Amino acid sequence: MVGIVAFGAYVPRLRLNRQAVYDANKWFAPGLRGLAKGERSMANWDEDSITMAVEASRDCLTSHKAEDVRNIYFASTTHPFKDRQNAGVIGTALNVEQNLSATDIGGSLKAGTSALIAGLNASREGAPTLVAAADKRMARVASSGELNYGDGAAALLCGTENVIAKLVGHHSVSMDFVDHFRGDESDFDYGWEERWIRDEGYSKIVPPAIKAALASCKLKGTDIAHFIMPSPMPAVPKQMAKMVGIGEGAVRDLLGATLGDTGAAHALVMLVDALEAAKAGERIMVVAFGQGVDILVFEVTAEKDKLPARKGLSGWMARRKEEKNYMKFLAFNEMLPIDKGMRAEFDKKTALSVLWRKRDMIYGLVGGKCKVCGTVQFPRSQVCVNPNCHAVDSQDPYAMAGLECSVMSFTADSLTYSPDPPAYYGMITFPEGGRFMADFTDSDKDQVKVGAKMRMTFRIRDNDQMRGGFKRYFWKAAPV
Amino acid sequence: MARGIKDKVAILGMGCSKFGERWDSGAEELMLEAYKECLKDAGIDQNQLQAAWFSTAIDEVHVGKSGIPLSTTLRLPNIPVTHVENMCASGTEAFRGACYAVASGAADFALALGVEKLKDTGYGGLPGGRGGPLQVLWNANGTAPGNFAQLATAYMTAHGVSGEDLKRAIGHVSWKSHQNGAKNPKAHLQKAVEMDTILNAPMIASPLGLFDCCGVSDGAAAAIVTTPEIAKALGKKDIVSVKALQLSVSNGSESGHNSWDGSYFHTTRIASKKAYEEAGIKNPRDEVSMFEVHDCFSVTELVTMEDLHISETGKGWKDVLDGFYDADGKIPCQIDGGLKCFGHPIGASGLRMLYEMYLQLQGKAGPRQLANPRIGMTHNLGGAPRENISSVAIVGRYE
Repeated sequence: MVGIVAFGAYVPRLRLNRQAVYDANKWFAPGLRGLAKGERSMANWDEDSITMAVEASRDCLTSHKAEDVRNIYFASTTHPFKDRQNAGVIGTALNVEQNLSATDIGGSLKAGTSALIAGLNASREGAPTLVAAADKRMARVASSGELNYGDGAAALLCGTENVIAKLVGHHSVSMDFVDHFRGDESDFDYGWEERWIRDEGYSKIVPPAIKAALASCKLKGTDIAHFIMPSPMPAVPKQMAKMVGIGEGAVRDLLGATLGDTGAAHALVMLVDALEAAKAGERIMVVAFGQGVDILVFEVTAEKDKLPARKGLSGWMARRKEEKNYMKFLAFNEMLPIDKGMRAEFDKKTALSVLWRKRDMIYGLVGGKCKVCGTVQFPRSQVCVNPNCHAVDSQDPYAMAGLECSVMSFTADSLTYSPDPPAYYGMITFPEGGRFMADFTDSDKDQVKVGAKMRMTFRIRDNDQMRGGFKRYFWKAAPV
Repeated sequence: MARGIKDKVAILGMGCSKFGERWDSGAEELMLEAYKECLKDAGIDQNQLQAAWFSTAIDEVHVGKSGIPLSTTLRLPNIPVTHVENMCASGTEAFRGACYAVASGAADFALALGVEKLKDTGYGGLPGGRGGPLQVLWNANGTAPGNFAQLATAYMTAHGVSGEDLKRAIGHVSWKSHQNGAKNPKAHLQKAVEMDTILNAPMIASPLGLFDCCGVSDGAAAAIVTTPEIAKALGKKDIVSVKALQLSVSNGSESGHNSWDGSYFHTTRIASKKAYEEAGIKNPRDEVSMFEVHDCFSVTELVTMEDLHISETGKGWKDVLDGFYDADGKIPCQIDGGLKCFGHPIGASGLRMLYEMYLQLQGKAGPRQLANPRIGMTHNLGGAPRENISSVAIVGRYE
C-alpha cells in the first residue's frame, strides 16, 4: 500500500489585513472592494519558497527521520533559482545529501499535485519520498492577486509503511488552456477573463476528468467526504462538485478568509488541512487545475490517529500577527523603491567555494560535539572551545537546528541595515552546549527577553542583488 | 617569570592632532599634524629614528595597507615601518611595538603613529562589512553599538541591576566625559550636556542611546620612545616611563562556550592583572592616579572599571553614580573627554590615551590638569564583548 505517511505545513507569521490594502488602493481600483475582507498570509522579508518549504518539511518530519528520505520533490512557481537545484537546498537544510534524488517541479499551479503523484509513484518501491510545495507569488499593486494570494507551504511524506492516507488512484489530463501565465520576462501573472475561464475551462475540462478518476477508482461522487479544489473563483469548486455528484458538504473551505491562495502549494495545503480533520475510512479527492487537471483520491486509514502531533496547518495558522502596514508589504516584496541607506550597499557576494566547504554548518546548522569532554559547540572547529579541554580533531558533527535555545543577551539595533528595523539579534545558548551571535526573526519587542526560549528557523540572510539575486540562507532564532 | 618592560622605555615626545570631523584633512595631513608636534616635543632629528610602527584599523577607507603610507607621508629615512592592525586596540599595539624595539636594544629611537580618517565614507558610524567570506555567511548582522548594548543587558541580568539604574549610571559616564571634553581644545565634542538630554536621546541599539555611543572621528596621535638613560642624557626633565604593557586576546571561549555570561570582559581582567604585576602595583584603587579607558560605549567604561579591578564586580555602577570617576573624584577617568568626546579615530585612540597621561604626568594638561598624578593607566579594547583584544598600558613618573 502506498500513500501519505506524514504531513506538515508552514504559514508565515504575518497576516496582511486586506482592508488596509484596499484602503491604500481604492482611489485607483474601487472595484476591489468585494475582496477587502479578512487577511492573507505575508512572508517576512527573509522568507521565500525555499525557506517555507524547509519549515513545512521539518514539520512533516516531526515523526520521521530525514536521513531515511530518498527523494525530494519541490513544487513551486516561484523557485528562487532558475538554475540551481532548489530541492537540493531543502535537502542540505535537512542534512540529507547521500542517497538522495532531488527534483524541482514547476511551471503550473498544479505543480504541487504533479509532485505528489510523482512522489507517490517514486515511493512505491519503498523509498520514502518527501513532497514539498511552496509559493510566494508576486502580484501587481491594486490587482486582485495582491489580495487573493497568500504565502505558504505544505509537505507530505510518501511511503509504504504506516500509511495514514492510502492512494486510491490518480488521474491527469494535460491541455494548453492558458487561463493565465507568467512569462520569463515578468514577475507578475497575466490573466484572461474569469467568465471565459469558468465556462470554457473549469466547466469543460474538470468534470470529465473527475468522472474518469472516480471510474478508475470504482467510486461514486457521494463516496468523497473531502473535496479539495483550489480556485481563484470561490463558487467554482462547489459548481464542479455538483456537476459530478459530490455533495456540497464535502467541498473544503478554500482558506481564503485567513490565508489566501498559496499557488502551486495550495492543493497540498488544503490536503493537510483536510488530513488534520479527516477520520479513518473517509475519502479525500484533490483536484488541481492548471493547463489540465491532476486528480488524486486518498482513503484515510486508522494509522492517522497514531501519527505524533505536529504544528500542522492549524498550528502555524495560530501563530499570527496582523499586519496593517501595506507599505511594509510592498517594501518586503521589493515593490517600493525605499531609501535603504548606504549601509544596504555593502557587497553581498558569496564565496561559493566557502559555502560548499561549510554547507553543513551554514545550511544544516551542524556544529560539533567533542569526543573528549562532550562539549557541544558551534561552529565545529578543529580545537575544542572548552577552555579546560582544547582537544584537537576531537569533534563529531552535531545537528543543532532542531534544538531549542534561549536568549543570553540581545539588542534591537537601529543602526545596521535591516529591511525590517530595528534588527533584533543576540547571543543564543543551547542547553546541550554551544552558542553563537544570531540574527532573530519574527520578533517583537515584547517577545525578546533575556532567557526567552527560541527556535531555529531557516531564512534568507542576504540577497545579492548585484549578481541577479543569489540568496544567502542561514538559520535565525525566532521566539517559540 | 619574564622581567617585564617596567622603566626600560621612556616617552621622549608625543603629539596629537585635533580630533573631529576633519573635512579639511586626509589621513596624510592628520599624520603630519601629530608627528610635527611629537618630533618637536622629542627634540631629536627625524634621521635619528630607527624604526616605526604604524597603526590603522580600517585602512581600506583611507591609507590602504602596509607601512608605506607612513614612510611616504613623513619621508622617513627608509627605516623599517611595520603596519599593525588589532581593531580598536591598534594604537596601543603600535606603541607596544616601538617600546619593545627600544627595550630590546634594536633601536634607540622608535616612532609609533596611529591614524584613522573615517569621515570620507559618506555615512555616520563605522564602516561595516569587513568580515571574511565565512563570517558573512553566519555572524549576526550586527554593529558595534548592538554588540556592546548586549553587555548592558547581560550586566543587568548578572547583577540584578534595574534598567533605570543602569541607564542613569551609563548616562553619568557620558555626562562626565562631556564635562571633561569641554575643557579640551583638541576634543571632537567640546560641549557639556545635560543629563536629561542624555537620558532622552534617540535609541541606537537598545538600551544604548545616542549619548551612550562615542563619536566617529578623524585624527592621529604619535609617540617617540627611547630609553630613560638616553632621555636623561638629552636633558629631559619629568621623564615619563612605561611601567607595563599587556595584551590579552580572546580565544573563542566567550563566544563559543557557555561558561561566559556576557556581563564582563574576560580579557581585560587578565590583561590588567598582568599589568599590575608588571608595574609592581599592589592595590590599583589606591595607586593609580587616573585612567583613560576604552569608552566606545558608556556601558563599556562602566564594566571596564570593574574588570580593571578598581570597582567591585557588579558595583561599578554605584561608584560611577557616586562620582568616583569624575574629574574631582577619587580616580578621574577620561579626563580628556575619552573616546566619547575627544573622539575615536580607531588606529590613533590608544596613542591618544597615552598622550593625555603623558601631558598630565608632566603637568602640561592646561585647564584639566590634575593635582600631582603619578601613575596613569590606559585601556584600549578592540572587537566586541564576546571576542576582543584588550590592551592596557601603565605609565608613570620615572623615579
